[in-house]
Amino acid sequence: MKIKSPKDFWAGLMFIAFGLFFLFFALDYKMGSLTRMGPAYFPTVLSSLMVAFGCVILFQSFVLKGERIPAMTFRPVFIIVLSLILFGYLIAPIGLALALVFLVIFSSFAGHEIKIKEVVILSVGMTILSLLVFVKGLGLPFPIWPMFLN
Amino acid sequence: MELQFLNNLSLGFSVAFQLWNLFYCLVGVVLGTLIGVLPGIGSVATIAMLLPVTFNLPPTTSLIMLAGIYYGAQYGGSTTSILVNIPGEATSVMTCIDGYQMARQGRAGSALATSAIASFFAGTVATVLLAMFAPPLAEVALKFGPVEYFSLMVFGLVAAVVLAHGSLIKAIAMVFLGLLFGLVGTDVNSGVMRFTFGIFELADGISFVGLAMGVFGVAEIITNLELKDARDVFTNKVGNLMPSKEDFRRMWLPILRGTALGSALGILPGGGALLGSFGAYALEKKVSKYRYELGKGAIEGVAAPESANNAAAQTSFIPMLTLGIPSNAVMALMIGALMIQGIAPGPLVMTQRPELFWGLIASMWIGNLMLVVLNLPMIGIWVKLLTVPYRVLYPSILVFMAIGAYSLSNAPLDVAMMAAFGILGYFFCKLECEPAPMILGFILGPMMEENLRRAMVMSSGNPVVLLTSPISAGFLLAGAILLGIVLAPSIRKKREEVFVEE
Repeated sequence: MKIKSPKDFWAGLMFIAFGLFFLFFALDYKMGSLTRMGPAYFPTVLSSLMVAFGCVILFQSFVLKGERIPAMTFRPVFIIVLSLILFGYLIAPIGLALALVFLVIFSSFAGHEIKIKEVVILSVGMTILSLLVFVKGLGLPFPIWPMFLN
Repeated sequence: MELQFLNNLSLGFSVAFQLWNLFYCLVGVVLGTLIGVLPGIGSVATIAMLLPVTFNLPPTTSLIMLAGIYYGAQYGGSTTSILVNIPGEATSVMTCIDGYQMARQGRAGSALATSAIASFFAGTVATVLLAMFAPPLAEVALKFGPVEYFSLMVFGLVAAVVLAHGSLIKAIAMVFLGLLFGLVGTDVNSGVMRFTFGIFELADGISFVGLAMGVFGVAEIITNLELKDARDVFTNKVGNLMPSKEDFRRMWLPILRGTALGSALGILPGGGALLGSFGAYALEKKVSKYRYELGKGAIEGVAAPESANNAAAQTSFIPMLTLGIPSNAVMALMIGALMIQGIAPGPLVMTQRPELFWGLIASMWIGNLMLVVLNLPMIGIWVKLLTVPYRVLYPSILVFMAIGAYSLSNAPLDVAMMAAFGILGYFFCKLECEPAPMILGFILGPMMEENLRRAMVMSSGNPVVLLTSPISAGFLLAGAILLGIVLAPSIRKKREEVFVEE
């Protein structure tokens, strides 16, 4: 059997995987009856249906011709995701101001070209703007400066 | 009846004219225009980004602002379509065709003015329609029990899937995925924590804001970064803004047709602005006296889709406000905004919070007026904005999203979840799985489960009750017919053709 539509093939597998995942963990909960549905009832029905649809999509991928999956470049994915996660965990120890500078500078490396001067100006500008809008203006309770300064 | 209508409207305007509401309406429409102008960031991502900001605003004010972003983006998108042939929003794709041709012929000014006039007229009509049809619809919906509600949601999801573009079966699977994501968290009936894996923060469920910002915002940035930043901007002379007498004579019929079609399509679940503008352009191609000029700079090609997308943007609020059913991703976000404020969306909103309902409607009209007055003179500024390179734009967008996610509960986990949903959204994009149906499912998941449960308790576990209630049976039948029509081979081909242009 040859895969005729790679997009559908992987999409089908993804839905089956998600479906089995929810189906498996729904086993831990009470099923109940149709009259008194337990916490497992609705998720079980939904994930079974999703597995079924996933199978149809998977089957289709061997029959109907479809497009290839476009090329993926993992640099932007990796840098953007990592910069966001680190930002989240950096706020408490180093404060919002420095975390923002870090976020702007680090995420800039995901692009095609980096102009150092521009990035520095942008990081400072965005930090000041965010402090004004979110902390001063909207009064969100962020730690602004690193912990050891307080 | 008429007196009631006038009373309602005057209540609405008294709310909308309050200073803060005017201010946030202005903020909304300006932001909307801004992101409408900028390609690479859409109204869904922006509204998702601003949801955390609305925590601190009163519910009416926050809805006024979010709505302003949505219809403001329709205006902004057309500006760049006409001037530089770049649709800032998917909904202004059709305007590119004739609008840009007009600009090349030195008639950019009248194209822009036509688009503004068409949008304003359509916005006004749609606002009146909304004010007229929403109350009776809500009254009908008040009689709905859990059985009817469950079937209505099934119908809404089916219609949304049918009218969405791309593969039908993948869209259905995405709905199921969204429904399941929606169930994560504490089960209201039994108190059992479902799918939380001991993570305390998940007890309240997956954060809607994080999910929406991830699959729309973060994923959009990652996908854009893969493309080369090749956006050459050149500005045509805008020329005289005033359309000629001839222009006026030719534009009014297309505007009327566009408004009518857009208003009708906007109400349908899954409809909304995108379908409206595509439909209106196709209609002009069929019926206009000047149909042979379309594509070569005909004013009809600007007037019709622009009026239709604005009308549809506005009437898509009808099912959201009266039934609590989102018809597209933006409306799902609006419902999210209501729920964040502790307001249960549904027919009761109109009677229990009339100031919210009518204030929002009145603000739409004011917002449309602001857009016309503000935008025509500011076109130069908007075009300048296009020269901002993406390498500057995307870190700035990331900053707003990151702060927004963190501020949900001052927890790093929310930012990490958003990033994770960003990866998921990126894969969805690669596999051509539309995230919009998933968002609708996510919003409706808990409501569907709750209504199904109640329906089954009331009928002692007899599922036939879904078919014996006439209203419920009607919804299910309509859903089945819709699916049947779409699955019919001839229509299926046509549907693919319609959406392939995008």
